[in-house]
Amino acid sequence: METPLTANIRSGHEPSDIDAYRKNGGYRAVLKALRSMSPAEVAQAVRDAGLKGRGGAGFDAGLKWSFVPMGSDAPRPKYLAVNADEMEPGTFKDRLLMEGDPHQLIEGAILSAYAIEADVAYIFLRREYRLAARRLRQAVAGVYHSGLLGRNIIGSGYSLDIHLHVSGGRYMCGEETGMLNAIEGKRANPRSKPPYPQTSGLWGKPTVVNNVETICNVPHIVNNGAPWFRELSHTDEGGTKIYGASGRVRSPGAWELPMGTTLNELIEEHAGGMQDGYKLRGLLPGGASTDFLTPAHLDVKMDFGSVEAAGSRLGTGTIVVLDDRSCPVGMVLNLERFFARESCGWCAPCWGGLQFAVELLTDIEAGQGRMEDIDLLESLAKMLGPGHTYCALAPGAAEPLASALKFFREDFERHVHEKQCPWNRA
Amino acid sequence: MLSREEKEEIEAAAAAFPVRQSVAIDALRIVQRYRGWVPDEAIDDLGELLEMSTAELDGVASFYNLIFRRPVGRHVILACDSVSCWLLGSDGLMEYISGRLGIASGQTTADGRFTLLPSVCLGACDRAPVMMIDDDLHTNLDAEKVDRILERYE
Repeated sequence: METPLTANIRSGHEPSDIDAYRKNGGYRAVLKALRSMSPAEVAQAVRDAGLKGRGGAGFDAGLKWSFVPMGSDAPRPKYLAVNADEMEPGTFKDRLLMEGDPHQLIEGAILSAYAIEADVAYIFLRREYRLAARRLRQAVAGVYHSGLLGRNIIGSGYSLDIHLHVSGGRYMCGEETGMLNAIEGKRANPRSKPPYPQTSGLWGKPTVVNNVETICNVPHIVNNGAPWFRELSHTDEGGTKIYGASGRVRSPGAWELPMGTTLNELIEEHAGGMQDGYKLRGLLPGGASTDFLTPAHLDVKMDFGSVEAAGSRLGTGTIVVLDDRSCPVGMVLNLERFFARESCGWCAPCWGGLQFAVELLTDIEAGQGRMEDIDLLESLAKMLGPGHTYCALAPGAAEPLASALKFFREDFERHVHEKQCPWNRA
Repeated sequence: MLSREEKEEIEAAAAAFPVRQSVAIDALRIVQRYRGWVPDEAIDDLGELLEMSTAELDGVASFYNLIFRRPVGRHVILACDSVSCWLLGSDGLMEYISGRLGIASGQTTADGRFTLLPSVCLGACDRAPVMMIDDDLHTNLDAEKVDRILERYE
């Protein structure tokens, strides 16, 4: 089984420096692209590979690039923003890629920028990833020194600067247009769309925002081609995926596996099953803003289409496991508190609706809820859903709420009837 | 007054952007690195330097979780309270740290040694529960481990 994204990563070791990375074939894809491929050919290779965005939404990366105006008439400068703001609760996959192999990300960023003829790339990194910041800074300096960044890279006529931008810290920064505002030095509120970033992004210029894991795939696609990439997967969605699991499993962690690996294999084989004395009650397949699935869904293949067909989303592919000794209402309260705190306040259904949801959940969890509160939560979940807000924060918050009300309804009702939390964690 | 070092660092950081005001977040953080937090007068001074109104810049400063608009202790504890850590008992741990330091979440100890802040997911869920103190990540925490860790920060 091939694991291109993590082949260079050795846990507990310093990552490859530029010389070691190049010895292992690193930056070969950049040399190949700049010497023998047009930007359109790089974009086409990614399009043919069917690379879906690994940040959570699963939008086709090559398709996203295709909306960028190209050629001599295109507005300049153009920008690439690398979304390294990994703040989705339960998610720790991009940390692994950046700490473990920073040059892979930089090589991918150069190629992605070249494909859209970007002049400048920003790596937007969350403040708490200090080790990743140090390693990326060092790696970028090494690449400049070797002549693979800057003016007229290896005589190709293509020029690119990469800046590492460290965030001031806020979940909203990971939202595509929120990130644009954050890079511009403003509050990270989302922007109204259209116009989309590809035509009017940073400072009104064409901009593409791609997730770290998405970009890390690009050098391998350029080197090995689309058919190879598609072969890596168990399903018709190409590539590998960095999956992960946290919660009361025996061996929490992150693993690069074929796209479409089943939930069962992830939990039983890779995460080692549940800890002794704990049973699997449910799970969030890809971070806080995905719908709960249950043990009945363990055969689901973890790719974008299959998880969606099962009623949830692949999201970031890092599973959060709910065990039978943790209260589902308490877990949903924890999730909604997070969303309420991180809401930027721009849209009324989001900030008002989430505050209200937290109040109702707090009452129910404390044994002071009424049956009507459960119905109210249900209608709130609808109001928070798609179509009422500028960005996906509220719809993301609605997913675990609505699905918990569906799968764990009797647990909500027990809190009301018994006038206390049956788990009583305290 | 902004110091010479602060100004120089801000000008250097501004080179990464085509628009001067875009350096605002870096500028706030540079001030915070020197002073521990961002006082009102620094907002005024930065506004003047970047040709931004005080209200606009304060709106930016107050938006971001890691820009401090109040004084903090010598060490800032970011205790993760998101879902994976919660499942591993972060509630109890937060209470323990709180009791140990004699402060509520959001407060600073009387000796100015620690500020305790709740934090969104720190992206180390496979090693939950976790916290950061300053730039250091501490993982797989329990009460005993927390005691030993806190002692290392003077």
